[in-house]
Amino acid sequence: MTSSEQAELIVFIILAPLAVVTALGMVLTRNAVYSALLLVVNFFCLAGFYVLLEAQFVAAVQVIVYAGAIMVLFLFVLMLLGIGNEVVVKEQMRGQRPAAVLLALGLLVAIVGALAAGVFDAEPASLAAANEGGNVEAIGRILFTRYTFAFETAGILLVVAAVGALVLGKRQP
Amino acid sequence: MHPLAQATTQPLPLPEVDWRAIAPELALAVAGVVLLLVVAFWPRAGRGVLAGLTLAGLAAAAALTVWNWDLERVAFEGAVSLDGITRYARAVLLAVGALATLMVAQGDSREGEPDDSPPEVFPLLLFALLGMVLLAAASDLLVVFIALEILSLSLYVMAGETRRLAAQEAAMKYFLLGAFSSAFLLYGIALCYGATGSTNLLEIADATGDPTADGTLLLAGVGLLAVGFLFKVSAVPFHMWTPDVYQGTPTPVAAFMAAATKVAGFAVFLRVFAGALGGLVVSWRPVIAGAAVLTMLVGAALAVVQTDLKRMLAYSSISHAGYLLVGVAAAATVPAGVSASMFYLLTYAFMVMGAFMVVQYVSRLGPPDDDAIGERSSLEDYRGLARRHPWAAGLLAVFMLALTGIPPLSGFWAKYYVFLAGIEAGLTWLVVVAVISSVISAFFYLRVLVVAYLQEPVGDPGAETAPGRTPALGVALGLAGLLTVAIGLAPEALIAAARSAERILG
Amino acid sequence: MNLGAFAPILAMLVLAAAFAVLSIVVSAFLAPHRPTRAKYSAYESGVEPGRLPQGERYPVKFYLTAMLFVVFDVEVIFLYPWAVVFRQLGVFGLVQMGIFVGLILIAYIYDWKRGGLEWD
Repeated sequence: MTSSEQAELIVFIILAPLAVVTALGMVLTRNAVYSALLLVVNFFCLAGFYVLLEAQFVAAVQVIVYAGAIMVLFLFVLMLLGIGNEVVVKEQMRGQRPAAVLLALGLLVAIVGALAAGVFDAEPASLAAANEGGNVEAIGRILFTRYTFAFETAGILLVVAAVGALVLGKRQP
Repeated sequence: MHPLAQATTQPLPLPEVDWRAIAPELALAVAGVVLLLVVAFWPRAGRGVLAGLTLAGLAAAAALTVWNWDLERVAFEGAVSLDGITRYARAVLLAVGALATLMVAQGDSREGEPDDSPPEVFPLLLFALLGMVLLAAASDLLVVFIALEILSLSLYVMAGETRRLAAQEAAMKYFLLGAFSSAFLLYGIALCYGATGSTNLLEIADATGDPTADGTLLLAGVGLLAVGFLFKVSAVPFHMWTPDVYQGTPTPVAAFMAAATKVAGFAVFLRVFAGALGGLVVSWRPVIAGAAVLTMLVGAALAVVQTDLKRMLAYSSISHAGYLLVGVAAAATVPAGVSASMFYLLTYAFMVMGAFMVVQYVSRLGPPDDDAIGERSSLEDYRGLARRHPWAAGLLAVFMLALTGIPPLSGFWAKYYVFLAGIEAGLTWLVVVAVISSVISAFFYLRVLVVAYLQEPVGDPGAETAPGRTPALGVALGLAGLLTVAIGLAPEALIAAARSAERILG
Repeated sequence: MNLGAFAPILAMLVLAAAFAVLSIVVSAFLAPHRPTRAKYSAYESGVEPGRLPQGERYPVKFYLTAMLFVVFDVEVIFLYPWAVVFRQLGVFGLVQMGIFVGLILIAYIYDWKRGGLEWD
């Protein structure tokens, strides 16, 4: 194991439990603001994982869009709701919780099973070639040549999002 | 200059921009943007003006589709492919869009009531159509995903266009479950990319033939893709949202959802499964066939117990998705499966649009709508319809009989060709289930006609409100009825056109 | 990969966290504790955080503003890789980004004219 691999392992060992704990805390805590703040920490852990996976651009997007913009959106709403204002929702369908736990456990078994069976063992195609000249530059090169069409359609998607937000959010009398 | 800086100014090999290949899509995008600006700068524009502009955009796109009819090529580095599926789906979707525009133009207001529907519904309709046409043409999983999101996002907003509680609830349900299913699809795309090293359908097709490729990972990806697509076409067991959404959504939007989403959803289903993943047919066919059996039987069985016409149409649309899945299951080995499915989509789109138009017509006759339930579409409202509104009842009969699959209406030929393809593919047992489901479905379609023709009307017919003056709905009803009868009388030309769709260009 | 390149970022994270913790801890120990009414009021006459009654829903305009922010934020994200390869793309890249930004600009004009950017 080279020293850089060792460093990667250390970072992973620090981040991985933190990610799991914050994710669990986010689901389990009764306070919505704590929940949101735990999610922010979780997003930063994910950004760390992306860095370890040599996807620096995705890491930056994770921080800017998710930890930044989307969390602002969440906190905006939560602060306005008032801290500790719990809404007790009566469950419409009985047995939903046990069923959800069972299904989640099933998914866990499936993923662990897939890991054990070596489904994810395959070597990544060629990270070095894909990241040639730097991660961001590599993404720029492929996004604006091969995926030009997908890029422009993403623009349409953003237009629809902006229009939809206004139509649902603002009503002209 | 720094040597590194010099190296990075080397020009990149640029992709070829094939404007002609995407001309209809461009027309739709331009029309959508123009309408958006019209709404922004002239908010008082009448619905008639907006509908006219929308129809003009659709006509331009249709003209460009005809201009491109003989084009067969892959454009934009494999992002879109022009083949039979693309052109057939374009034609059907644009026609459905025009009918939906007419329904939306009618609006949900009665005489003397302000219209609750915002003008944005027209540009959103165009963007939704753009997403659908792109979905049918996409030959790269990335474009598939973006197109699906464009159409879904537009439809979520359109579903909640009115302030009615039922519509808001429908939009919320559709959004939450739709976002959930998009996540499955995205995960599936990621796994397929991981297994084959590409998101391009042609390259995935090549990789599935390669025995050294990672089979398990690819199969996991294919399974997740199937979940995503099955949700969008509302197949069992991913159908739960359909009845609630169709019932709560304003009827024009529900009609558009029922017809157009199915066309686009099945077009991409055929392209991805029968086309790119055709090499793995042995692995996925049992899953799709199983989903088809469940979808046909559950849809038909639950439709029987409905007392609301919109809900019944939702369950009927589920069972029709089942018949189409038979076509998909057959399509991988039998080319006729592709053409039969495309032809089925064509006929189904007009039948179901027509049925929803009658619902829209009748719901405007009775007392005002209930905020929590949505537009009135209880079967009770159809009692004695034949005596009060013979034309509407007659058209209702045409659409119900066509949906049942009674010859010589279009629905019969649709089922006939799909069943034929199923038998040719050796799926006779599946076709037997489909026939059983058709028999069950005859019960609830014909019950609507019994109510409309044989039962006495309730209440005072004089209390009916006038159904508004715009001729849009009448024109749309006439067109849908005419098409359903005409396709039934002369299906040969259209099935021949569908046959040209059999070769899938990845 | 070379994690060393991320050492400055790590150092900044540690510094930021240390500064936050330190200023809270130190001020808790050193500062005199003499609360007055004015000290507990919102800064610069800001909004009093209060609880809404059960079942009351938040004003949707906050959500709208945040949502539009997300849309334009995502747009900016695309500019970042584009700027890196801008020279290599030349006119093609310029036109391409022009169409994209133009689309978002139309969405912006629409939102503006329809009153999406007005607070009331």
